Amino acid sequence: MSSTSPLEVDDPEVIDVTDPDRPWIVLVWNDPINLMSYVTYVFQKLFGYSLEKATALMLDVHEKGRAVVSNGSREKAELDVMRLHEHGLWATMQQEDAP
Amino acid sequence: MAFGFGGGPIRRERDGSFTVHLSEPEQLLLKSLLAQLRTLLKLEGGSDITEDSGVRRLFPTAYPGRDDLEAEYQGMVHDDLLGQRLAAIDRVEETIVLPSLDEDQLGTWLKTFNDLRLVLGTRLDVSEDDTGPIDPDDPEAPAQAAYEYLGWLLESTVNALTGVLPPPEED
Repeated sequence: MSSTSPLEVDDPEVIDVTDPDRPWIVLVWNDPINLMSYVTYVFQKLFGYSLEKATALMLDVHEKGRAVVSNGSREKAELDVMRLHEHGLWATMQQEDAP
Repeated sequence: MAFGFGGGPIRRERDGSFTVHLSEPEQLLLKSLLAQLRTLLKLEGGSDITEDSGVRRLFPTAYPGRDDLEAEYQGMVHDDLLGQRLAAIDRVEETIVLPSLDEDQLGTWLKTFNDLRLVLGTRLDVSEDDTGPIDPDDPEAPAQAAYEYLGWLLESTVNALTGVLPPPEED
């Protein structure tokens, strides 16, 4: 941080955090109820992932508490979240951190 | 997440159908649980701010920390998800006594059994460490037994449906 005071202080600008150019990610969070086999099945069924990829994602959720399971435009992410909610998975979405 | 169970009453046949072996007491238990879920959803499901933790679990937050986007999302999907769940309960009730199901029917069973399990497990406040035997003197023992049974039934349903997944898409 600079030790000199700025001559002019602008009001902090409200940054639009829904910048349309930044992609969205869909996260699935661990919960104590959903069966591992069920979660793996849902990832295969909804996203067309292989058993290997679906299992790796399921284990990430189980061991690290969450995993990014898909990404894309806000519309695509929202549709994915809705389909995951339809299947009872605990899914959220957020924009990827700015580079 | 919870580890699974072996075996089970649902088997995939070569002709693409699924054979189901549920005893009458199992069918009665499932009918009772389905009726309870319907009542709960009709009482509490109309509001996305329900106080019932089990029902809340069926309608998770999509946009944590973004109340504006969350309200928009819930306004768009909540009633649809509720309607789908209620319609699925009807379909499972209509098919619960059948000895054989098609893939679509079993897919409805899958989601609805999972809904039942989520609501029951949330209300019982289960954790990943809950692996011990059920204490028969615990007033929650019947609910815990139903929860365990649903896990076994769901696992069998998942195993049967995994066998008919289409080949994976290329990434």
